[in-house]
Amino acid sequence: MATTVEAGGVREAAFDAAVAADERIEPRDWMPDAYRATLVRQIAQHAHSEIIGIQPEANWITRAPSLRRKAILMAKVQDEAGHGLYLYSAAETLGVGRDELLDKLHTGRQKYSSIFNYPTLTWADVGAIGWLVDGAAITNQVPLCRCSYGPYARAMVRICKEESFHQRQGYELLLALSQGTEAQHAMAQDAVDRWWWPSLMMFGPPDDESSHSAQSMAWKIKRHSNDELRQRFVDICVPQAEALGLTLPDPDLVWNEERGHHDFGPIDWDEFREVLRGNGPCNDERIGRRRRAHEDGAWVREAAAAYAAKHGEAKA
Amino acid sequence: METGTAPIRPADRTAALALGDDALVLAQRLGEWAGHGPVLEEEVALANIALDLLGQARHLLSLVGNEDELAYLREEREFRNCQLVEQPNGDFAHTIARQLYFSTYQELLHNRLARTGTPFAPLSAKAVKEIAYHRDHAEHWTLRLGDGTPESRERMQRATDALWRYTGELFEPVGELPVDWTELNDSWLASVTSVLERATLTVPEGPRRGAWTAGAGREGLHTEPFGRMLAEMQHLHRSHPGASW
Amino acid sequence: MSSTDWPLWEVFVRSRRGLSHTHAGSLHAPDAEMALRNARDLYTRRAEGVSVWVVPSTAITASSPDEKDPFFASAADKPYRHPTFYTIPDGVKHL
Repeated sequence: MATTVEAGGVREAAFDAAVAADERIEPRDWMPDAYRATLVRQIAQHAHSEIIGIQPEANWITRAPSLRRKAILMAKVQDEAGHGLYLYSAAETLGVGRDELLDKLHTGRQKYSSIFNYPTLTWADVGAIGWLVDGAAITNQVPLCRCSYGPYARAMVRICKEESFHQRQGYELLLALSQGTEAQHAMAQDAVDRWWWPSLMMFGPPDDESSHSAQSMAWKIKRHSNDELRQRFVDICVPQAEALGLTLPDPDLVWNEERGHHDFGPIDWDEFREVLRGNGPCNDERIGRRRRAHEDGAWVREAAAAYAAKHGEAKA
Repeated sequence: METGTAPIRPADRTAALALGDDALVLAQRLGEWAGHGPVLEEEVALANIALDLLGQARHLLSLVGNEDELAYLREEREFRNCQLVEQPNGDFAHTIARQLYFSTYQELLHNRLARTGTPFAPLSAKAVKEIAYHRDHAEHWTLRLGDGTPESRERMQRATDALWRYTGELFEPVGELPVDWTELNDSWLASVTSVLERATLTVPEGPRRGAWTAGAGREGLHTEPFGRMLAEMQHLHRSHPGASW
Repeated sequence: MSSTDWPLWEVFVRSRRGLSHTHAGSLHAPDAEMALRNARDLYTRRAEGVSVWVVPSTAITASSPDEKDPFFASAADKPYRHPTFYTIPDGVKHL
């Protein structure tokens, strides 16, 4: 008994030392149960966000107003499915199957980013998602490339590399609208007005209310606090909005010389919590559609499995 | 790519529209799968195919004129795609049957065009590599659905039968393309028959064209779902005349 | 039956001729042929590869992290396998 406890202590010390030394933890290394659980929760939520995030943009693939834009949007939405796959793979290294994770998504036991519960009402929303939503996601994700868990960090490196075009295409799309006809400009402004605040909410609750933050930072799963990243994002967006010729819908947004940052108005956390609770404009549609796709596809997955069972050794 | 200015012969124009519209319309249909795929890996695969087709369409339409004017401002009767590609996605089996029929045709056709002196030869040489993969994808799924479970076999047989009557049109001469259409049809039939048989499916026995003598897609006569598809595709572009995107 | 019946495959991609295949990630597929195609679609969308291998994840035997020391420690103890171990007089070239 004494030796087991001792061995556990040695393992824990090795884990702590590896994290402290900025080494990566790999799948077969010993890790605390809570570390594993935190990673599964976070990676799954991230993967779910990628695949639910397909829907608001796929909503415009068939209506894209030029063939160039259609190709770009298709490629982008395809990347999101790919990124979902990279992330489910990373989660699977922790011993949970994709089916189990999808089941938890479909039954509401795991979450996805609330941002995707907002509707895409116009073509400009595709641009606003690229610029603001992907921009916020990238701000969040770049530090994750140095996350202490190896497979997650590697997936993020790949995703960040591929996503660099996502934000630029959104920005370029909005620029074309902003500099286009009056109606197009209005469409762009309307989209930014609707997406700005939800994008700021993507960084999560303020630091003093964030339940998981402190431990995640100690484990180097997370490298910066929610408020720190949110501030970074606001500072990046202000000059970009100016260059677009669009305004950000916040009368309190002003440069603070002393802090060296922009001050911004209060975020409506009631809305955030309500959307999180399931009362957003599209929560039911998003999950409903995902579940339907999964159920409608069951016979296809079964057929392929049955075929493989019949012809198993044929050509492996 | 957005402005095609080189003048081409009227017969080649007809052919470019027919082949370009085929690719455009099928890309549009495949794009509808985003978010609905039976498994994530398959969404990625279908999107790859759609992107290849969209690239082909843009190239071909640009030979004729401005790709966006052609895609967004023509009326239904001006589209020259075959009726097969405009058929709704249906279940996954219908999509796969449509892919099998069309990609087999397209591969055979572009293989031949690549060796001609027509303005299509360079495009065909590139496209044929993409299409070989599309056909391979369709074949593999036809085998798995046909020889999978009783349910999948029934669905695949139904889809194979339902789309059969749109396959005759594929072998109507297009423009003045120097292709032996009878030989193309024979090769197509041999190839498709072999896949269906390996998939333990029955080769459909029904007619390969509809009974309506008014014409078909190549003459601008389309099926009911096509109008709705175009309305969706074109409405935003048409709501902002003259705008750039 | 569900897609759990689609086993997990590890994907290795050769990014260009002359380089080894490198582990790129994993995916689910019903069989090897489909795994290869899915790998092509997923891991070479941006022309990242000229060749792909897929291996059933269950076919991989890995060294246990617990054996870290006995497995790899002795190799760390043989500096004479590395050229920097040896002292060569100044001015001697091509060694």
